Amino acid sequence: MAGRIGELFGRLSGRGERALITYVMAGYPDHDSSMAAVRGLVRGGADLIELGFPFSDPLADGPVIQDAATTSLGMGMSMGTYHGMVRGIREYADTPVVMMTYANIAHSMGYGRFASESAQAGVDGFILPDMPVEESGDYTREARRNGTDTIFLVSPNTPARRVSRIARASTGFLYMVAVYGTTGARGGVSGDAIDSLRRTKEAAGDLPVGVGFGVAGPRDVRRYAEAGADGIIVGSAILRVVGESPRGDIESRVAEFVASLKAQTIL
Amino acid sequence: MSDTGKFGGYGGSYIPETLVPAVEELAEAYGRLADDASFRAELDGYLQEYAGRPTPLYLARNLTERVGGARIYLKREDLCHGGAHKINNTLGQALLARRMKKSRIIAETGAGQHGVATAMACAALGMKAAVYMGSRDVERQRLNVYRMNLLGSEVIPVESGSRTLKDAINEAIRDWITNVDGTYYLLGSAVGPHPYPVMVRDFQSVIGREIMEQIGEPDAAVACVGGGSNAIGTFHPLASGPTRLVGIEAGGRGIDTGLHSATLTAGRPGILHGMMSYLLQDDAGQISETHSISAGLDYPGVGPEHAHYKDIGRVEYSTATDREVIDAFTLLCRTEGIIPALESAHALAGAVRLAANMKESESVVVTLSGRGDKDIGIVREYGRQDR
Repeated sequence: MAGRIGELFGRLSGRGERALITYVMAGYPDHDSSMAAVRGLVRGGADLIELGFPFSDPLADGPVIQDAATTSLGMGMSMGTYHGMVRGIREYADTPVVMMTYANIAHSMGYGRFASESAQAGVDGFILPDMPVEESGDYTREARRNGTDTIFLVSPNTPARRVSRIARASTGFLYMVAVYGTTGARGGVSGDAIDSLRRTKEAAGDLPVGVGFGVAGPRDVRRYAEAGADGIIVGSAILRVVGESPRGDIESRVAEFVASLKAQTIL
Repeated sequence: MSDTGKFGGYGGSYIPETLVPAVEELAEAYGRLADDASFRAELDGYLQEYAGRPTPLYLARNLTERVGGARIYLKREDLCHGGAHKINNTLGQALLARRMKKSRIIAETGAGQHGVATAMACAALGMKAAVYMGSRDVERQRLNVYRMNLLGSEVIPVESGSRTLKDAINEAIRDWITNVDGTYYLLGSAVGPHPYPVMVRDFQSVIGREIMEQIGEPDAAVACVGGGSNAIGTFHPLASGPTRLVGIEAGGRGIDTGLHSATLTAGRPGILHGMMSYLLQDDAGQISETHSISAGLDYPGVGPEHAHYKDIGRVEYSTATDREVIDAFTLLCRTEGIIPALESAHALAGAVRLAANMKESESVVVTLSGRGDKDIGIVREYGRQDR
C-alpha cells in the first residue's frame, strides 16, 4: 500500500527529480500567517510539507524551531486547530503532509486517537524525533492501521545494521540527520555527511532517504540532490523567512525562497 | 529490571537517534564497571576519604519527644562533603567518565547543588565541567554560580522555556547531541534514559545500605522526592523488606492551586527527557510549569522506578506544602540545632506526621538529604511575606 508519500517518491524518481521537503511550524507566527506560509510552500513547488506541531520541550530542535514552538503554544495551538489547518490545506492541494512533533504529544492523546484523527484530517505520516524503534510498537501499529506513514530518523553515528532495522520500521521515507546537533540552518555540506548518506542509502534498501538538519539554501540542496538523496529537508531556513517577512508578504516570500530550493532538486 | 531499563512499563530510552550509540556505550561501560573490584575500591575510597562516608544515623531525641510517637532518626546526608547527597552520584559518574576516557563533562543543575557536586568531583579528579543552569535559577542562586566557578567549572545560562531545571536538562541533552563523541553527560537525578535511573539509584543506594547496617530495617523510612535520587537510594535497598516507605513530594501552595511539583500525586504517565514516567502535563501533553519553595524539587517529572513503586503500591507518596515545610524546617532548627535543606524539610514534615501516629517502640528514618545554609535567604523572605 503506497500512500501519497510513496506515490510521490515513485513519481519523482521516474523523472530524475528529488523531493523538496519543507517544514513550517503550525501557528507560527500566528494561525493565519502559518497557513499563508503553507500556501507559499505549495506555490513554490514543495513536494512534501512537514507541518510542525509544537511541544513545550523540543529537545531535538535548535533555537529557531524552539522559538516558533513557544510562539505557537502561546497563541493557543491545539490538535483540533492543527487538524483544521490540514483540512484547509487539503481543500486546495494534494501535497503530502507529515506531522512533526514529539512522542509525548502522541502518547498523551493515545496513539490510536492520534493516528485516526490525524488520518481523517488528511495527515499522511508522522515524525517523532524522540521515539526510538525499540519503544515504537503501539505507535507504528496504530499508524499503520490508519494508513499513515511512520518516518523514523537515523544519524551519522547509527551503525549500518541499526539503519536497516530502523528502515524496516519506517514507511514513506527514512529521515537522515546529516549532522551532529539539533535542527538549524548551519549551511555547508561536509564530506562526512555525503559519506553517511551513501551508507544510509545502502542500508535503507528501497526506502527513499530524506536528508535534513543544517540545510540552509539552494547550494546545500544541490549537493545532497547530486549525492543521491531522494529528498532534501529544509526547515529552520524557511521558518526564518517566515519570521522575517511582513505578515502580508509571507506567502510570496516563502514561495520565492522555496522555488529557489526546488529548482536545485531537478537534475 | 531488564537491559532496556524498564520498571514495569516505565523508564526505557526515548531519545533522539544520535544519542542511541552514546547511551549504549554508557550502559555497556557501567555494566562492566558496576561490579568491577578496582572501580568499586576506587569509588569507596573517594566516598570515605573525600565525601566523608559513612554518614551518621542520628537519633533525634528532642524532636522525637516533641512529636510524641515513633523514634525519629536522621540519616545525615547533609554532612556529606558539599552539604548534600549529590556527591555520592557525581563521584561515581565522574570516575566512570574518566574510565571511559571522556574528556568533557556536561551537567545540568536547578538550584545549583548538583552543579556544585559535579564541579567538586571534577576538580578532585582533574576534570572540568560545563554546567547548564536556567537563567532564572542563575539569578536566584548567584552564590552557587560563583561556587561552581571557584571550583573550576563553567556555568552556561539557559534562556529557553521556563528557564529552570527542565530547560537546563533540555539544553544539556542538545549539547550532548551536538558533541556526542567526547562528551560525558553527568545527570544529577535518577531520571533520563536508561541507564541513568539505574546507575544513579545504584550510586545513591549507599544511603539505604548504610541505614541497614546502622539500624537494620526500620519500621518506616521517609525521603523527599523531586527527581527522586535520595529517595530511591534510601528505598531501593529496603524495598525487599518490611519497612514502610514514604516519599514526600512538593505540595507547593496546595495541590488544588496548581502551584506545586507533586508529579506522582497529581501527574499522569508520559514521555520527557528520555523516559516514560509520571509527568505534570496538561491535557494535550504539554509539560507544566512547576512550583516549590525548594528549587531542588521543582521538576515536572520523576524517576521511573518511583512511578513503578507507586503503581505496585510498594511506596506511599504524599505531599507537604510550603507552609508545612517551613514549620518542619523551623522545628528541626529549634529542637536539634540542625538546619535542613528545604528539600529535606519536606521529608521531615512527612516523617513528623507519620511518627505522631506510630508507637513509641517503633522507628522512623528520615533521609536528611542536604543542609539548609543555601536556603536561609528563602526562609527569611518567606517569613517576611507571611507577616
